Amino acid sequence: MRNPYRSQKIAFFFLFLATLLIVVPVGLIVIVIIQKGLPAISWQFLSDIPRQGMRSGGIFPAIIGTLYLVSGAIIFALPIGLLAAIYLSEYSKDNLLTRIIKLAIVNLAGVPSVVYGLFGLALFVVFLKFGVSILSGSLTLGIMILPVIITTSREALESVPQSFREVSLSLGASKWQTIRHIVLPNAIPGILTGTILGLGRAAGETAPILFTVAAFYLPQLPKSIFDQAMALPYHLYVISTQVPNVDEKIRYGTALVLLTLVLFMNLVAIVIRYKFRKKKKW
Amino acid sequence: MVNPVRNNKLAENAKMKDKNTISNGVKFAIKNLDIWFGTIHALKQVSMEIEANEILGAIGPSSSGKTTFLRMLNRLNDLSPNFRMNGEVKLENDNIKNIDAQFLRKRVGMVFALPLSLPLSIFDNVAYGVKMHGVKNKKLLQNKVEESLKEAYLWDEVKDRLNESAFKLSGGQQQRLCIARTLAVSPEVILFDEPCSGLDPISTAKVEDAMVKLKQKYTIVLVTNNVKQAARVSDRTAFFLNGELIELDKTELIFTGPKDKRTDGYIRGKFG
Ligand SMILES: Nc1ncnc2c1ncn2[C@@H]1O[C@H](COP(=O)(O)OP(=O)(O)OP(=O)(O)O)[C@@H](O)[C@H]1O
Ligand SMILES: [Mg+2]
Repeated sequence: MRNPYRSQKIAFFFLFLATLLIVVPVGLIVIVIIQKGLPAISWQFLSDIPRQGMRSGGIFPAIIGTLYLVSGAIIFALPIGLLAAIYLSEYSKDNLLTRIIKLAIVNLAGVPSVVYGLFGLALFVVFLKFGVSILSGSLTLGIMILPVIITTSREALESVPQSFREVSLSLGASKWQTIRHIVLPNAIPGILTGTILGLGRAAGETAPILFTVAAFYLPQLPKSIFDQAMALPYHLYVISTQVPNVDEKIRYGTALVLLTLVLFMNLVAIVIRYKFRKKKKW
Repeated sequence: MVNPVRNNKLAENAKMKDKNTISNGVKFAIKNLDIWFGTIHALKQVSMEIEANEILGAIGPSSSGKTTFLRMLNRLNDLSPNFRMNGEVKLENDNIKNIDAQFLRKRVGMVFALPLSLPLSIFDNVAYGVKMHGVKNKKLLQNKVEESLKEAYLWDEVKDRLNESAFKLSGGQQQRLCIARTLAVSPEVILFDEPCSGLDPISTAKVEDAMVKLKQKYTIVLVTNNVKQAARVSDRTAFFLNGELIELDKTELIFTGPKDKRTDGYIRGKFG
């Protein structure tokens, strides 16, 4: 027999190695982007429109466009997603149909984003005649992040102990009062996490906005939700592949801004979770 | 096991019934009640009456259907998806099926086995039910909370920390908080499901004291795994076995000369 203590040590070593294998490449990417992008960051870069065929100037319209799209997506997806999650976790009966629906929603989260892009093109741009616009793009992104929001919210709601519901009902509260005052408040951290993960995804994806909203080059800000807009991920794609001779600095600078935006949102999620977890006591 | 103090209480109780209660002192009338969860036959042909202002003890081994019986009375069983029932349960002449569940549960409160505080402050735990019934006035809520906490013998221990989380209280305090919370909605009946199962002897004594005093205003049904507790507090005791109501009689009689051998066996600790 081998010494069990030694095999434990070996197991720990491999587990540690596996973790390292994940952390190191991600860390490297971030470091490279920061290193190469940071010199580009300046007030002018953040606040100016792109100039000289996007080879100089700033990325302000793309930042604004992405913010619009993300806000639009969340305004659309959060209420619908939350209501769907409440229905699925609190009201629907546990039967085959419900289970199929839940499974389908989970799987929708894994559908490639370009499929959502095509769907958005067909439904919003062409069929509903919203045109290539912020509205179409926001709705497409919203639909793309709905599954994430529904699934995480539903799991958050379901993780609230059944006993809390029974206590509330046993005191004569109605089902809706129970959901509103007991279940929802205790599910907020999970719901927010799902929402912000969805937001991060919406901010970073290129394919869904490609056909539905993104403008190749639009040096002014959108005036209404029926305008086209630039967006960070698409802009990055354009200056990296479609326009020759763009300074590396500008490309990495754009990537850095996008990365910071997404990381910032995740950070907000972490802080909110942490705050709520300190209060949570069961 | 029979003590004279309790006999006096019974006598007092008999007088109260004449004075205060409706429907000849019968709170619940249960007839031929059958309950199933899927294929499990949890209660079989149970018929009994629960009198107003009595403490009815329910004893019996594990899975004998005590909790199911209790949760029937405030229709909490309705929450289980595979629940089915037959027979009739009347609360003061109204079939409970025809009473709106919310209203029924306001009249028939429940204290659970484990101290289940809601994740709220001490104050909000007690005020919760009252608020849900539409009371918004701060002063009114404060009075109600104070009154209920006093009735549950908890006020002195928590009056300076009402805004702290209820989870900071000890298990015994939380259980009395749960009692206060139930009292706050002014029920007529209070159901206790093994309220002392997780408590030390001193906390248990406090909860038992509270129950005996509460009897003056409320009807109490106490499910307990602790046979001695039933002997100490209940006026009448029901013995359940495998979903059947084997025997129901005055507590003295159950504990001195039960009619059924199985009751005798159980209280002497032969099984369960
Ligand atoms: N929600 C439910 N779903 C399915 N079966 C249930 C449910 N509630 C109770 N049962 C079953 O009904 C029977 C009676 O259970 P009950 O909880 O009433 O017993 P009990 O006398 O309270 O036992 P204990 O002393 O262990 O609490 C058991 O066989 C139990 O498995
Ligand atoms: Mg039980």
